[in-house]
Amino acid sequence: MHFCKISSLASWILALAFFSSIPGFSQSLLDELEAEADAAQEKEYAFATFKGVRVINGHSVEMPAKGELLFIIQHRFGRINTGFSEMFGWDQASIRIGLEYTLPFSERFNLGFGRSSYGKTWDGFLKTKILKQSKPGSPVTLTSVNAMTINTLPWANPNQENFFSSRLAYVHQLLIARKFNSWFSLQFSPTLVHKNLVPETRDQNTFVVLGFSGRAKISNRVAINAEYFWLVPGQEIPQINNVDPQGALSIGVDWETGGHVFQFQLTNAQAMFDMGFMSETIGRWDKGDIHFGFNITRTFSFQKKGRKTPKS
Amino acid sequence: MKNALLSLFALALTLGLSAQKFSTKTGEVSFFSDAALEDIEAVNHQALAALDLDKGNIAFVLQIRSFEFEKALMQEHFNENYMHSDKFPKSTFEGSVLNPEVARKDGTHEIKLKGKLTIHGETKEIAVPATLVRKGNELTIQCRFTIKLGEFGIKNDKVENIAEAIEIRVNTTLKS
Repeated sequence: MHFCKISSLASWILALAFFSSIPGFSQSLLDELEAEADAAQEKEYAFATFKGVRVINGHSVEMPAKGELLFIIQHRFGRINTGFSEMFGWDQASIRIGLEYTLPFSERFNLGFGRSSYGKTWDGFLKTKILKQSKPGSPVTLTSVNAMTINTLPWANPNQENFFSSRLAYVHQLLIARKFNSWFSLQFSPTLVHKNLVPETRDQNTFVVLGFSGRAKISNRVAINAEYFWLVPGQEIPQINNVDPQGALSIGVDWETGGHVFQFQLTNAQAMFDMGFMSETIGRWDKGDIHFGFNITRTFSFQKKGRKTPKS
Repeated sequence: MKNALLSLFALALTLGLSAQKFSTKTGEVSFFSDAALEDIEAVNHQALAALDLDKGNIAFVLQIRSFEFEKALMQEHFNENYMHSDKFPKSTFEGSVLNPEVARKDGTHEIKLKGKLTIHGETKEIAVPATLVRKGNELTIQCRFTIKLGEFGIKNDKVENIAEAIEIRVNTTLKS
């Protein structure tokens, strides 16, 4: 009986202690709301893993927003080591102009095409966002790129029978990127390149290229990028002008000014579409075969972003 | 038996306290910036708000990322270049209604709000007049006030030509 009284007293004290700890008794209104806001925290998607749709030459996981059109001008001067008479590359500039459009009904599909002066090449691609990095959720953003190029140069051997299909090449690429924090992102891009026509019988039509890229943001609007496309050794990758292709190594600076992104770079590649810079780069950094260049993108949006109806 | 009584008592107590407490999870807070190149407007439909009429306490909490813009790029720049929402994910207001007693009756009332506004990690005391419309268990708070970006450590680097002062508009309905 005696014990019973004590235990009931204890339960009273416990109960009081419990109720006095209910939010509202001891917490301020703001603390309550903050706790509620933290509990209701939705999935947070990473944004701006890269500033541009290209890291430098290669695609980044970024695409224009749903229903937006992006206009891109890419420009590479000739080799710096050509000296004063060529104005350090001024006279042999190469250009690509393209449009990229993300479908209005899905932010996941982006269609693009462009025309390069390099090899008089038309290129078109479909970029698909498969996974978006989020917290909680996927640790990486995963995007695929499927591209086709058409070379429209005059036939090298007009006397033989030439097929249109010989002008075609394909690139299939997975972009795996992670934004580690507000200033640092990395991307790994395993790629298959297929050329329908190769010059020698020993040449492989299909070969593997591995891309590594990264960006470090150094201020609100400026980032430094670097990328390298590694031609996996042991493959017979078609030679260009009897020279073995080199991996494309580039460093660049992104400068973002609201609607535009300006990218300036130094690179040993002069082509600005995937198949070109991945498999036809013959410039060598150690010999000074470096091209200065820039990309400029401008985004246009046509639709007003639908305002969500409030959730109840 | 005693425990049951106690629970009832406690329940009555909490009910009694919350009777004058109003809250919402879908408050609307927007801002407007009259810029040289293009006007910038964004709206947040997911503000949390609570008002305790007995104590005259009021609080708002909103996620910076939940502001919706007309253009996706604007939203990205707002979060990344101006608000740094990865570092300062929330904006809050904590303060008091100086004349909460007017809200006991239905109708449209002028109230005065005073308290601490936190944006971009910087806290500033503000005092603003507001309109409170009471309809039974529903309170709608409407107010407009202007803040200067510099006072909250938000840097205008002149690249995008945004206005130095922006107008914040609150239009939030709370229920008890």
